[in-house]
Amino acid sequence: MKLLEYSSKEVLKRYGLPIQPGEVAKTVEEVEKILDNLKFPVVIKAQVPVGGRGKAGGVKLAHDKAEALEKAKAILGMQIKGITVKKVLVTEAVDIDKEIYAGVVVDRRTKRPVVMVSSEGGVDIEEVARTKPEAIHKYAVDPILGFPAYKARELAFKVVDDPKLAIKFSSNLVKLYNAFLGLDAQLAEINPFVIDKSGDLWAVDAKVIVDDNALFRHPDIEKMRDMDYENLEELEAKKYGLSFVALDGYVGCMVNGAGLAMATMDIIKKYGGDPANFLDVGGSSNPEKVTKAMEIILKDENVKSIYVNIFGGITRCDDIAKGLIEAFSNMEVKVPVVIRLTGTNEELGKKMLEESGLPLVTASTMAEGARKAIELAKG
Amino acid sequence: MSILVGKDTKVLVQGITGRDGSFHTKLMREYGTNVVGGVTPGKGGTTVDGLPVFNTMHEAVEKTGANASVIFVPAPFAADAIMEAADAGVELVVAITEGIPVNDMLRVVRFLEEKGTRLIGPNCPGLITPDEAKLGILPGQIFKRGPVGVISRSGTLTYEIVSHLTANGLGQSTAIGIGGDPIIGSKFIDLLKLFKDDPETEAVVLIGEIGGTDEQDAAEYIKSEFNKPVVAFIAGRTAPPEKRMGHAGAIISGSSGTAEEKIKAFNAAGVPVAAEPAEVATLLKEKLGK
Repeated sequence: MKLLEYSSKEVLKRYGLPIQPGEVAKTVEEVEKILDNLKFPVVIKAQVPVGGRGKAGGVKLAHDKAEALEKAKAILGMQIKGITVKKVLVTEAVDIDKEIYAGVVVDRRTKRPVVMVSSEGGVDIEEVARTKPEAIHKYAVDPILGFPAYKARELAFKVVDDPKLAIKFSSNLVKLYNAFLGLDAQLAEINPFVIDKSGDLWAVDAKVIVDDNALFRHPDIEKMRDMDYENLEELEAKKYGLSFVALDGYVGCMVNGAGLAMATMDIIKKYGGDPANFLDVGGSSNPEKVTKAMEIILKDENVKSIYVNIFGGITRCDDIAKGLIEAFSNMEVKVPVVIRLTGTNEELGKKMLEESGLPLVTASTMAEGARKAIELAKG
Repeated sequence: MSILVGKDTKVLVQGITGRDGSFHTKLMREYGTNVVGGVTPGKGGTTVDGLPVFNTMHEAVEKTGANASVIFVPAPFAADAIMEAADAGVELVVAITEGIPVNDMLRVVRFLEEKGTRLIGPNCPGLITPDEAKLGILPGQIFKRGPVGVISRSGTLTYEIVSHLTANGLGQSTAIGIGGDPIIGSKFIDLLKLFKDDPETEAVVLIGEIGGTDEQDAAEYIKSEFNKPVVAFIAGRTAPPEKRMGHAGAIISGSSGTAEEKIKAFNAAGVPVAAEPAEVATLLKEKLGK
């Protein structure tokens, strides 16, 4: 779960990281109220779940109230990479002397948490990695030993010249690692970490991604899920144990297993179609899940046909058949449905579908099913 | 021969009294796997289908002489179960459980490195040496013994591809589902090393997907050191960036982990990548000159 800047800052503050005063607002009126408690100049920052908002004009400095309101008005409602800005963070500006990058990330290759710092702060770290890799300094933490203070100092001295400030920065690196661990994060990043002209440190922008698998032990973070930007169908699907991702195409997909579900999208594309979604009904699927899956797919008005591709292992074909029959009796299915059913209890499942008299088109291979679903979608 | 599991593998099931644990214990035994007992803390002294249940892994290993364990323990407790298995001295741990927190796994893999225990998974269907043993939830009937090693990050997609292999007369030496999580015990490269030394394995099928760089690392290894034919498949060519596609590890982050870069790496290593699952068997036949 990716936290927006304002939520990321809220959780990092709990671990003692220095966050400037500020608040989030959804309207210009709210911005006006927040301004009463802040010192000028202030920064108005669009809160959106995509990068590149600075370049898109979503971050503006304001020197007085009138300017702040005018900027807030312009940012609220603007489009950034196709997403409408629904809220802004209003914070006090800092007088930047130096910008540093600091981040902790799960490194899949070494299977270690890695602490990274760079003197090239304030820019995309991937870009730095490409153009100036020598400017990035890393330390792979032994998760049993933890992140020792001396390692934090070694890293800090590589990016901060003033020794006193370097030591101050190093203690913040330890706090960032503690936040990463405590929050069950996959990424905890401060970019830029600013040293201001009076020698104070500020986490000016922050990004935290919390491991979805660990949310069960962080109910408080689950509550921070920003409903202004979430896809409601995806959340609804999750509640029922389905993995669903909405796409732009017109062939709805229902598949068991994530790998096969991706491969099904790919094969639809290969034969000239366009998948409307990724949907994994999961392993031990019960009929109710299948019904729910149909409901979610059919909510998308772009869907012109549905392809159900099942390879029964733990999933039993008769359960899928039962769910489909129920779905058809509970709702109006206006689009053609192609089904490819193979594996555990295949014969029973096929028989049930046949006897139900439902208007299903059957296919015996994955490719055949994809071709038929595309043809039917095109009418 | 084959790798990792066979007739001599003596298996304990952790979480044997649970719904999934007891169900799959039955199926594993029907397949011929030598399951010697199970562990559920607090239920020691009882039995499941005539198998003894123990409170701790140490006791279970001592009493049964088991050398492998399969884990069906729920996610919040699974990391602890893996460490308990390693501490009790089994050589191979297969974690089926989906949804183990990544930070828990970081500690687990570090602990296992020290113990010298091999882990398959988590979030995987397990592994099978046809006609000898299956540790996990794979449907036994689609596998057939033969010369092809299979390593896959997926479950049902593996079944899809294996069923084509079997239908084309390409049986399997051992097939392993390594799991769909970002942090897993054994990666492609770890198992390629075992297949390299296995005389029965004549060729290998790799089934990858978006996210991470394990396929690229495997391609590098194949290019420099692996001397048997390899065919690959990559799922997720049409997946959008920054979206988790079911598996926790199947996510394109920033510009890395795309299907495109994985296919490119395989092609550069002389490994053909099938355009759809059914094509894997065809490409492999060509490679083997059959």
